[in-house]
Amino acid sequence: MNLVPTHGFEADQTYQPADYKSDIKPVWCPGCGDHAVLLAFQRAMAELALPPEKVAVVSGIGCSSRIPAYTNTYGFHGVHGRSLALATGLKIARPDLTVIVASGDGDGFSIGGNHFLHACRRNVDLTYIVMDNRIYGMTKGQPSPTTEPDWDTAIAPGGSGVSPFHPMLIALASGANFIGRSSSANVAHCARMIVEAVRTPGFSFLQILSPCVTFRPDQREAWKGIFRDHPQPETDDPGLAAHYLMNDDGFNIGILYRATRGCYAPAPHQDLDPAFLEKEFKA
Amino acid sequence: MIDLPDVASICNTAEFYAQALAIEIEASDRYKLLAEQMEVHNNAEVADIFHRMAALEIQHHDEILARTGDLLLGGKKAQFSWILPDGPEVTEFDKVHYLMSPYQALEIAKRNEERAAIWFEAIAKHTADPEIRRVAEQLASEEREHVSWVENWMKRYRPAEPGWDEDWDPPIYSE
Repeated sequence: MNLVPTHGFEADQTYQPADYKSDIKPVWCPGCGDHAVLLAFQRAMAELALPPEKVAVVSGIGCSSRIPAYTNTYGFHGVHGRSLALATGLKIARPDLTVIVASGDGDGFSIGGNHFLHACRRNVDLTYIVMDNRIYGMTKGQPSPTTEPDWDTAIAPGGSGVSPFHPMLIALASGANFIGRSSSANVAHCARMIVEAVRTPGFSFLQILSPCVTFRPDQREAWKGIFRDHPQPETDDPGLAAHYLMNDDGFNIGILYRATRGCYAPAPHQDLDPAFLEKEFKA
Repeated sequence: MIDLPDVASICNTAEFYAQALAIEIEASDRYKLLAEQMEVHNNAEVADIFHRMAALEIQHHDEILARTGDLLLGGKKAQFSWILPDGPEVTEFDKVHYLMSPYQALEIAKRNEERAAIWFEAIAKHTADPEIRRVAEQLASEEREHVSWVENWMKRYRPAEPGWDEDWDPPIYSE
């Protein structure tokens, strides 16, 4: 992906990022990567020229899941780990909406882990953005499914000792149509990845590494300059993608995998005439 | 360190002006966001600095706009292509902290002005167009003036002391 910093001139865009910004000020800690993801989301929506009333942002619980409140689209701040279930229902009922799902590594991969597997498998046309800071930030810093096993802290002395979850590998094995990674350190890259994820039909999974500066202050330094483009081009071959992921250290960014599997679509509506239903249930 | 501009992509003075205006708008917008963050976290002094910096950037934008006359493309407002990288004068989100001091906020502002100056100086040095060179030199000079202005402002404050980020009354929740 070309990251040369040239500034474009867009004279006649339909929407501006500010059109997707609500009046509510984010309560995230200053320095938190989620501020950058929010801006990237707003820029991506402007780039896609999606009317705010045609977008819904659904989330679960956690710092990152506050994002619907800060956007001027439809929003649903749901329950812990269930954002994908809510979003699936919404997209099936309202296929005209662009449905974006926001989550964190705790919400999305722990309590919501099972929904993650099946959302990938169903391949409903959703974009799933997981802001991964490798910690439960809102509840003051417990290890999450993506935390390094040797991350030593007062709350987990000596580290959790548990192997971290590899979300991209799980997404690939479970059937996601689009798999990518970005970093909140690069707003432009995040925005471009969100654009690509939304444009790709089916279930798109985007992991955005977004530091928690309060409970993982080590990430400020450790993640500085560590991100680089995926060493291989985007592929539609799951075997090749799996091979790449086996050597992935978690800091390669860009599109890893994009397939063309058909989206899930509900069966055509039956005749919902009451007389028909009565007959159906009496049979 | 900053990434230097792709001078070859600047085709004419109108486009260059549009980019310069966009850089100022983006810098101002980012300062406003950072000011909001500081207000939420009760750091009113730093919030005030960021608000003032936002106003400074818009003032510079307006000054540049006044010079452009009929040069702007179709007379339309300059904007970013929203998925391109940040401009040279913008503060990265990870540079701030809720306990940061006014001096630290001004250090960031000074760095931004310096980066903008370097950006315009690079354009002045490498462009083949004499009019773009003239405008770039002027903009670089203005950014250098802003550096001096921020440096003077910094004299009112003391540098942060060790342990400045230690919170003796940490929040239980983030809200």
